[in-house]
Amino acid sequence: MTEDEFAAYQSLGEETEDHRWAFGTGFTDPLEGIDASVPDGVDAAALAAYCLMLGDDALVYSHRLQQWMTRMPELEEETALANIALDLLGQARMLLARAGLAEGALADGTGRQEDQLAFFRDEHEFRNVRLVEAPDADFAELAGRLLIFSAWRLALFGRLAGSADPVLAAIAAKGVKELTYHRDYAARWVIRLGDGTPLSHCRMQAALGTVWPLVDELFQADPVTAALPGVAADPAGLRGEVDAVFDTVLAAATLDRPGAAPMARVAGRSGRDGVHTEAFGYLLAELQSVARAHPGATW
Amino acid sequence: MTAADLAAAREIAAAVPDPELPMVTVADLGILRDVAAEDGRLVVTITPTYSGCPALREIAHDLQDRLSRGGFAGVTVRTALAPAWSSDWITAEGRRKLRAAGIAPPAAVPAHSGPAHQGPVPLTLTARRGPVPCPRCGSRDTTQTAAFGATACKALFRCEACREPFEYMKEI
Repeated sequence: MTEDEFAAYQSLGEETEDHRWAFGTGFTDPLEGIDASVPDGVDAAALAAYCLMLGDDALVYSHRLQQWMTRMPELEEETALANIALDLLGQARMLLARAGLAEGALADGTGRQEDQLAFFRDEHEFRNVRLVEAPDADFAELAGRLLIFSAWRLALFGRLAGSADPVLAAIAAKGVKELTYHRDYAARWVIRLGDGTPLSHCRMQAALGTVWPLVDELFQADPVTAALPGVAADPAGLRGEVDAVFDTVLAAATLDRPGAAPMARVAGRSGRDGVHTEAFGYLLAELQSVARAHPGATW
Repeated sequence: MTAADLAAAREIAAAVPDPELPMVTVADLGILRDVAAEDGRLVVTITPTYSGCPALREIAHDLQDRLSRGGFAGVTVRTALAPAWSSDWITAEGRRKLRAAGIAPPAAVPAHSGPAHQGPVPLTLTARRGPVPCPRCGSRDTTQTAAFGATACKALFRCEACREPFEYMKEI
């Protein structure tokens, strides 16, 4: 090791004012310095719950994508997926921070910070859709799930860019640019696999069959959205736009739209109500284990 | 705070290099949005390029550090989310420096993802919209090899004329 390299390693361990981007290293609020007051006439509790829903979708899916790191078929795909996961983590941070600030605007003034929301809530308190929970069995499943997720979220954020909450609108407008790249990336892979060899076609079709039962939930009405007219976007209203994207991609990929029935709800409840699939508990245990083993730790 | 103080602070802030692309400054990239005085204190406003960009924290830190060494204590660094950062904000000087460092500067943002666009964002199923000239030999015969590079803001290309790989800063 050269002297320069040694100095670089030494400096990593030094006590400095420098803030690094990891749990326990002095996070700063991603919305620091932003006017986070809740607009007049907007239900602050519902706004907090809504931002939590959208933040949880991104947080959980980002974690699943991160689990693919070192397992992608090529180095270029490795960097692509790492960047997509990072964009989603960035969206999650801002949305969870927005949720906490909106909670803080309530009468009792007890808003939680993003770390508390990400690491110290239990399974039933998460509000993500079930699409983002299961690990992908193969690369085709990754491509299919990412296409569904990004096409849906892009349509949703496109509408939220005009939200009556200026903070949510700004987060969404930024996310639209990122999600456009994510969707194009996923769509190109679905086409390449679907319109590829007989084997890749077969596996892409099978992968769509696995994830398709989770599509329906994305467009289901929920009481939180209903309580936020002008602020939130009606999930049912996104269906036409998202279906058009699926039709274009599936046609180019020579794939059939799966006829699989939607995954059943549990006594009428699903992800948005805190009812999740078995895979989610294991994911959350991994995501939260360090923060829970060493609460308040710094290094 | 006098106008001269403010001008001096602007000059210091504008010269802070980007941590990921140290050949350009935060002013070149359009990340630095404003340097202003509020109640006698300096407030610097920056905007993130991508939602998860870890460089933003470093930039805020560098700004505070350089300004305090320049005699401005207690600087507040604010983040502005709206309007969202666009690669169109990179200055001509910034583009020149990127090209000189072997990074192709971004093309203009297409109208369908610009701020005035209404309605669904169209799918782009082919690799690239227009030719990206090679920053080394200038050839327009280039191919995208990956839509994402070592950082979220870059894609990977290869020049078919000089056969060199190069990075392209994406339009966003």
